[in-house]
Amino acid sequence: MIKKMLQSDLVFSFVRDISAITGAVLLVIFVICALFAPVLAPMDPYDLTTVELADSLKPPAWMDTGSLSFPLGTDDQGRGILSTILFGLRTSLMVGFSVVVISSVLGIFFGMLGGFYGGILDAFIMRTADTVFAFSTTLLAILLLGIFDSRNIWTVVFAICIAGWVKYARTIRGSVLEVKENAYVTAAKASGAKDFRILFKHVLPNALPPIFVLMAVDLAVVIMLEATLSFLGVGVPITEPSLGMMISIGKNYIYAGMWWMVLFPGLTLILLVVAINLFSDWLRDEMNPKLALRS
Amino acid sequence: MVLLAVSFICFLIFRFTGDPVLMLAGKYATQQEREQVRVAYGLDRPFHLQYVSFLGNALQGNFGKSYISQVDALDTILERFPATFELALTAIFISMAAGVLLGVVVSIRPQSPLSRLIMAGSLGGISIPTFLMGILWVMLFAVYLEWLPPFGRGDTIQIGPWRTGFLTLEGLKHLIMPALTLSGYQLAVLLRLTRAGMREVLSEEYIKTAWSKGLSPFTVIVKHALRNVLIPVVTIAGLSFGELIAFSIVTESIFQWPGMGNLLLVSIFENDHPVIVTYIMLAACIILVINILVDLLYAWLNPKIQYG
Repeated sequence: MIKKMLQSDLVFSFVRDISAITGAVLLVIFVICALFAPVLAPMDPYDLTTVELADSLKPPAWMDTGSLSFPLGTDDQGRGILSTILFGLRTSLMVGFSVVVISSVLGIFFGMLGGFYGGILDAFIMRTADTVFAFSTTLLAILLLGIFDSRNIWTVVFAICIAGWVKYARTIRGSVLEVKENAYVTAAKASGAKDFRILFKHVLPNALPPIFVLMAVDLAVVIMLEATLSFLGVGVPITEPSLGMMISIGKNYIYAGMWWMVLFPGLTLILLVVAINLFSDWLRDEMNPKLALRS
Repeated sequence: MVLLAVSFICFLIFRFTGDPVLMLAGKYATQQEREQVRVAYGLDRPFHLQYVSFLGNALQGNFGKSYISQVDALDTILERFPATFELALTAIFISMAAGVLLGVVVSIRPQSPLSRLIMAGSLGGISIPTFLMGILWVMLFAVYLEWLPPFGRGDTIQIGPWRTGFLTLEGLKHLIMPALTLSGYQLAVLLRLTRAGMREVLSEEYIKTAWSKGLSPFTVIVKHALRNVLIPVVTIAGLSFGELIAFSIVTESIFQWPGMGNLLLVSIFENDHPVIVTYIMLAACIILVINILVDLLYAWLNPKIQYG
């Protein structure tokens, strides 16, 4: 099984594509950093017993007043930048992966429902989708979170999912409409297979490749969106670590020349997104769906 | 239809998130005072009657008063409209002009160092979130180089109901960074779209014919090729208008731009629901109008499509 996998075209093209490997390696490093943040981080930035206000606003270790216990400096509360970044990565990746999984499942469900059965159900789903789409994911997420009274990681995930399932539904619906006409689906119907069986055994597997690409592209978009929401103050609450929040706090100090509070989390975020984009670019070329655009 | 649905959802938000009575009467009101407020604002009537009156008022442009400032919500937002409009217009102009121009350059000479630089830049454009891009601009141009003012709108001139920043030097200087920030993402997207379209079109037969006729490069590229590429570019630019509004919220928050987006964020923090709801309705209207315009433009650019 594994041997067969290693000989496949997909693996073959992967090991020959240097930027895909770079992206994947970076991504794996980020995931490991996030998973083992409590072990790797010099301190727990959200444990009040270890945070000293006296340590606040320290520059990175290599600068004059920096100290070795805070390699990348500290923020206004005395939290180490490096530690907060590691914990912030957890939030980013957790929100990113949860949203991608949940919204793709939602999108696949509604897309298949609409595409397979057609009629008024399809019309209703697709008109809803059009409306959500016209508003754009970002705007809808901001507005949704704006009207929620309390916010935590899961309300953020919920809001982005509500705004984000549409892309998946549209893509899968297109594939279902295409696949539905094939002779093997007609054959399955003729042989008396249940709708459920046809959908999951015959239609879904053939409609999946573009969904994988979309998920990869979407992961980068969602991570940026989470950072944006947290930056605006409608994302994760102050009690949770988040790259967007760090940048938002650091923004107030750039005029005082304290660049490290913005630059390090910013660079982490950019690297993370670039890594995902490099990987998804390769995936897209490989699976070659009709996805011309990110939405 | 869409507007009706949006209005219904807005009404639900209006009615069921947070208790409006608590908002209006204040935390320390007695039970009797609360009852008075409930009757005064018609909140004691049945649900469907409330919705009908909400809809009727909304059609007349009456969305109620801001809980915080007690000023008409629509007026509050419309007062901020010129600032946002000028910012958005400039950003669209930059992203369309630069995106298409650079896209053409890259597609003509795909292997030149300049093209590689542009493509690397465009990868950055889609990989750096708007808010970070804005802060990086501020760090570079306002803090490090001290060339441009970091926030605000500068001097403005009032012309009738419209307050414009286009006519003063200070106003223009204040516009540069926010406009660049807002246009960044769309610029990168349009650039990539133009490049992809041009690469496809340039290898077609009729372009080869045009070259072999000895037409000037300008005529071939602009008149023959670009024209066909522009259709999807214009469509995408129009359809991503919702995204533009969203990013204008982000941009305005970074640069303290006195526009609608900033107002929305303040209203969110203050739980000022009438203003939020008005903003949502207004955004829905704008997006709907833009979508219709794009459809019409599409038909005009491509005579094959007709609306009967």
